[in-house]
Amino acid sequence: MKKIIELKNISKAFDGEGVLKNISLDIHDNEFITLLGPSGCGKTTLLRMIGGFEQPDEGDIMFLGERINDMPPHKRNVNTVFQKYALFPHLNVFENVAFPLRERKVPKAEIKEKVESMLNLVMLGSFAKRSVTSLSGGQQQRVAIARALINHPQVLLLDEPLGALDLKLRKDMQQELKKIQQSTGITFIFVTHDQEEALSMSDTIVVLNEGQIQQIGGPLDIYNEPKNAFVADFIGESNIIDGTMLENYRVSFSGHTFGCLDKGFADGESVDVVVRPEDVDIVPCEDGELSGVVTQVTFMGVHNEIIVDIGGFKWMIQTTDSVNVGQRIGISLEPDAIHIMKKSKYSGMFGDYSSYSNELDELADPGGDE
Amino acid sequence: MKVSSKIYTALIFIFLFAPILILLVFSFNESKSLSVFSSFSLKWYEELLNDRSTLEAVKNTLILALSATIISTVMGTAAAFGIYRIRKEWQKMLLNTVTNIPMINPDIITGISMMLVFVFVGRMFRESTSLNFWTILIAHITFCLPYVIFQVLPKLQQMDGSLIEAAQDLGCPPFKTFFKVTLPEILPGIITGAIMAFTLSLDDFVISYFTSGNDFQTLPIRIYGMTKKTVTPKMYALATIIFFVTLSLLLLNNIIDNEDRDRVKQKNEKQA
Repeated sequence: MKKIIELKNISKAFDGEGVLKNISLDIHDNEFITLLGPSGCGKTTLLRMIGGFEQPDEGDIMFLGERINDMPPHKRNVNTVFQKYALFPHLNVFENVAFPLRERKVPKAEIKEKVESMLNLVMLGSFAKRSVTSLSGGQQQRVAIARALINHPQVLLLDEPLGALDLKLRKDMQQELKKIQQSTGITFIFVTHDQEEALSMSDTIVVLNEGQIQQIGGPLDIYNEPKNAFVADFIGESNIIDGTMLENYRVSFSGHTFGCLDKGFADGESVDVVVRPEDVDIVPCEDGELSGVVTQVTFMGVHNEIIVDIGGFKWMIQTTDSVNVGQRIGISLEPDAIHIMKKSKYSGMFGDYSSYSNELDELADPGGDE
Repeated sequence: MKVSSKIYTALIFIFLFAPILILLVFSFNESKSLSVFSSFSLKWYEELLNDRSTLEAVKNTLILALSATIISTVMGTAAAFGIYRIRKEWQKMLLNTVTNIPMINPDIITGISMMLVFVFVGRMFRESTSLNFWTILIAHITFCLPYVIFQVLPKLQQMDGSLIEAAQDLGCPPFKTFFKVTLPEILPGIITGAIMAFTLSLDDFVISYFTSGNDFQTLPIRIYGMTKKTVTPKMYALATIIFFVTLSLLLLNNIIDNEDRDRVKQKNEKQA
């Protein structure tokens, strides 16, 4: 695949505080790439750099092989869908979408034709004459997308575009955006803090934290093979336990030795062990490799989310079995349920559910419902 | 309680409007008396129209007010945009304070200090009369400027900053963006600022008194000069006209402000 954008060793600081630290990233033609990370991780700054609204302190931004560090936004063949849409309030829907064409002095008849077909693409065909302030959030979103696409940019930048929409609308727009991306073949660079959104839409996910790339990969790779404790915790739920690699394919943790599929570690190396909550089998106490007491059960609809105290470490397990608080259960792990990661600076910071509560988790998620 | 508040309101209205009402009534009085209304007449208005030097003063005042308004509106808008673009907080504070000074400074001090500057500069160029139309124009622009800035600046701050970025992102160069996106957004502020500048310039006496020469008299200075002799009902007629001109400008200002507020409110409701 052709490289469209190359970021080479990008660093940026605001008021002496490093926001991006030595970022290198290739973005390819026709790719749906997501920059994913918690707020303050630098993802929006990176996007704004590609758009031309920030300049890197160090490093180069290459667009089709040409260095564009100092090229102003209006000369870049890149368009942006802004977080709060940024529609021009003094123009109606049609004129908002026509704005980039008028800038390029496109003939009138052509403008009319192009804008109308673009409005039909985003299903706002009958809204041309409406004032943008009279539209709902979802409709404004569509106008913003139409406006950004009408010039057929080679790259479309989307800065948390679905953040302000309610859950149902957000799901619909995710599908629609993906469809638009596939039908136009335009490279989408999508910024979000919502890991579910990232997993369901992207070809490639770039996980960022503290201005550094933690992992680059497809949704499956990132979910199944997280590189460190941060990624494992940020993408989905994970139990992360301290363990020791005894030899290839054999790891010991929580006082038991398990078979696993990982190799290439030094014998006796201490490692982080990741077990996804849905990969744990609940068995009678005496059949389990480990056992513990259930301390919390939450009904989640499809499954129950239970917290089990195993030797002082609280595990989260998702199961369709019904268990009760206070019950002692055994758990069993298949080799493919166990994933081994090298120790990193994030070791020990994540993956224990002792202070876990559903309500807290919802409160901490800023993208919830607004 | 209710009755007393009603009385209070009534008193306020009486004290505010009784003088103007008396002025208005007696400007239509046939006789010169201030105690007896003999009969309705437009005599004093007629006399006003035949008063050459008063009409000259009206013309001067209008030319001055228009010039000062146009120049201070353009300069003030540019200054507001400059302040808006400053990123360093302390610089912004400093500029805000500096802008504030002409507003809180007593007119008499502004007037005297400007006169001193003009005379000083005039002496440097060995002019005999250093005060003329240009000096009073500079003085009026100076005191109008902060009012324009403080009308436009909040509009800029209310504006969604990503609008400017969006325009540039869509291929519009920065200079053009100002006219195509920023200007329509802040236009209500500019218009209110201009109207305020116009009314301020129109009825300024103190600063004009010190900065105008003998060959350029504005209406307030002319009226002041007339009161030194005898006050004729001709002046009531003039004052009545000025009052209604100012009133209509005020009403226009309020209408624009209201419409703008409705628009902002509507927008906020949509976003909520």
